[in-house]
Amino acid sequence: MAFASIHVPDFPVQAAVRVEPTLRGRAIALVDGIPPLWNVVAANQAALRAGITLGMAKPQAEQFSGVTIRQRSRGQEEATHTALLDLGWSVSPRIEDTAPDTVTLDLAGLHSLFGSEEEIARQLTQGASRLGLTAQVALASNPDAATHAARGFPGITLIPPGEESQRLGCLPVGVLSPAAEVLETLERWGVRTCQALAALPVVDLSERLGQEGVRLHEFARGARSRSLMLAEPALDFMEEMELKQGVAELEPLAFLLGRLLDQLCARLAARSLAASAIRTRFRLETSPPSTYEKVLSLPVPMRDSKMLLKLLRLQLQAGPPPAPILKLVLTADPTRPRVTRGGLFLPRGPDPEKLELTIARLANLVGDGNIGSPELADTHRPGEFRVRRFLPPRAAANRQKNETSPGAGFRMFRPAPQANVVLCDGRPARVSFRGLRGDVAAASGPWRTSGDWWREEPWQQDEWDLEIHFDVPSKTSSGASFGRPKQTSNAPFYEGPHRAPASSPHGLYRFYYDERLQGWFVRGAYD
Amino acid sequence: MTLTALRSKLESALAGRVPAPFTYRDRKVMETVSAGIPTVDSLAGGLPRGGLTEICGPPCSGRTSLLFSALALRTGEAEACALVDGRDGFDPHAAEAAGVELKQLLWVRCRNIDQALRATDLLLQGGGFGLIALDLSDIPPETIRHVPLNVWFRFRRAVEDSPTVLMLLEQESNAKTCASLVLRLDAGRARWSMTPAPDIHATRLFRHPAACLLDGIEARAEVLSSRMQPAIGAVRTIAGPGAMAAPDQTGMFASKTLWGYFSGVPIGLKGEFKSGSKDESKVR
Repeated sequence: MAFASIHVPDFPVQAAVRVEPTLRGRAIALVDGIPPLWNVVAANQAALRAGITLGMAKPQAEQFSGVTIRQRSRGQEEATHTALLDLGWSVSPRIEDTAPDTVTLDLAGLHSLFGSEEEIARQLTQGASRLGLTAQVALASNPDAATHAARGFPGITLIPPGEESQRLGCLPVGVLSPAAEVLETLERWGVRTCQALAALPVVDLSERLGQEGVRLHEFARGARSRSLMLAEPALDFMEEMELKQGVAELEPLAFLLGRLLDQLCARLAARSLAASAIRTRFRLETSPPSTYEKVLSLPVPMRDSKMLLKLLRLQLQAGPPPAPILKLVLTADPTRPRVTRGGLFLPRGPDPEKLELTIARLANLVGDGNIGSPELADTHRPGEFRVRRFLPPRAAANRQKNETSPGAGFRMFRPAPQANVVLCDGRPARVSFRGLRGDVAAASGPWRTSGDWWREEPWQQDEWDLEIHFDVPSKTSSGASFGRPKQTSNAPFYEGPHRAPASSPHGLYRFYYDERLQGWFVRGAYD
Repeated sequence: MTLTALRSKLESALAGRVPAPFTYRDRKVMETVSAGIPTVDSLAGGLPRGGLTEICGPPCSGRTSLLFSALALRTGEAEACALVDGRDGFDPHAAEAAGVELKQLLWVRCRNIDQALRATDLLLQGGGFGLIALDLSDIPPETIRHVPLNVWFRFRRAVEDSPTVLMLLEQESNAKTCASLVLRLDAGRARWSMTPAPDIHATRLFRHPAACLLDGIEARAEVLSSRMQPAIGAVRTIAGPGAMAAPDQTGMFASKTLWGYFSGVPIGLKGEFKSGSKDESKVR
């Protein structure tokens, strides 16, 4: 037995149930067509037992109580078919895309990896179950016998070599997928099972039905041998869901997204892959119809659907869609899963998936641009930096730390407050800013920087490091005038958070004179 | 009433609330890490992991220097660190010059104290950071005084039993008994190099007779309280909350500006250091 076949019965219905698991076990009929001419195009066994027939009009089908009517979705069927292929690729690299509801696998050489045929069949059934599908699996020595057995027998079927004709004999001729007119002819002859077909003389059958008859005869005996037409492995991970009514609130939307993410992550897991980004596309209930797209870029590959759902929720909270949603499409960018092994002597850092969730929550709190790792910009312009995504490297830095004397701390004032400065002999002698006034005890400067004169925003600044002895608040001079820009002492000063307490009435600040703005400003304080 | 009867009566009264009221519980020995400043390490025994360290002091008292020093050590050892910036006062250039590995630092720029407290809570819940610093230095003390005490209790509970050093920088101590270590810093004198070198480049650079360079700042550190169990061999004393500091609980340290590390080098050579790089302008 070197071939396995996976068949999904009632494929359109199972595709609908896969994205709506609450429908499992209920009678379902799918309708399709051009509105208002909807007809039943597929139904499961429960619906057929209830009296639903294919081709029935939708209003007729709605008369049956206990039957759930859903619209057929080609997108869901395509996604389910891709999921079925993913299931096949999870076991064997050589698979055939036999039909939308059937794939056939070459199992040659896989026994050492997956065990016996029974174990392989069990793994395939369990894999299908994880994808939300109820599959019929059959193993046989040739692909066609495996396919027909999978279509005809429920559960797992193992056909030992040489017993194909005997095992397939009880199946109806319909499982061989004959042409409609051939099936009608066979019906007229009273040939209804594979056993009856196999008993017919092949020469006579050839005279009456041509090569099609010979082919069906071989199928019925389980004797046809051929090579698989291998499918090209594709990395297309997309799931979609269409809604009858628009969803405007985040909670029900998150519920639907969770279902799609579960399916997407199960497919990624089947291919031993993870997602590096999740692309969300919504069709909105607007006129004309519009779409709303979001991309969730992940710093580390993930396939935990719950974690991804939390991140998507946070992203949608920050930027909700402007209108109710009629259709959801989720696409995952596949990549290799993260290797979690770190260095033996490296400290344990934050869990990357948990860290991403924490950062997303923080970004929701303080804004996207206000969180990340600072990165110095390649410019001499004072105070320039960028904030990039926080990705802690997993290697120890080689920087040498001078442990005897720490580097001087400096605190920036953003935005830089304006200051009044009295110059004496070209040097600051007295300053005031943010309601503080004082004499300059020592000054270092001016340190001139300039640049970007070829751009729209050039800068030219004279910086000074100043040691200031502040006035005691009760003794603030009332009539002092300060240097440029001219300002009287009665002008209101900004009462900022930075205050010099009486116990420490001196401080070290960096001032600068902006040649373009023609004014003095305080860049920050040494601390 | 005998002592035994009194004891059993108390135990029955406290049953369900206090499991064993008369059982002595050993105070947990906290693992400490170096702050990167020998004076602070010898005074306080280092910064406690799994505890809240409060650094308080007026502006220009060296709080940021101490923060940068601790961040430089922790990021240098490949630990992920986080800085919750209460008033967006962090200077990446100064931090990088002080040795902080910026790639290892998560910087959260907040606009008010509410954001800062919530961000710290989220980071603590997330876990995995070697050091989380909540910088409220530029927020007026009267605002921080209005923070309910249960916030600090929550932080203490979140950080204990974790390997995280939680640092809180502010002007006055507010966390009270929730802090494992309270350090007070006061500004010392500034260090200026007043003598220009007799060098042709220096003459060109420093025309003014009183030209000078800011080499560094001195700061005085004092342990206000510590709840840490002394480690074996540690040279420090423990004072309860509100206890008067003993003379050996204060010490001085000095931080240096980037160019201050070369204060012994003639000024002409300073200008040639890293010539052509963008850091040249900082060297001056």
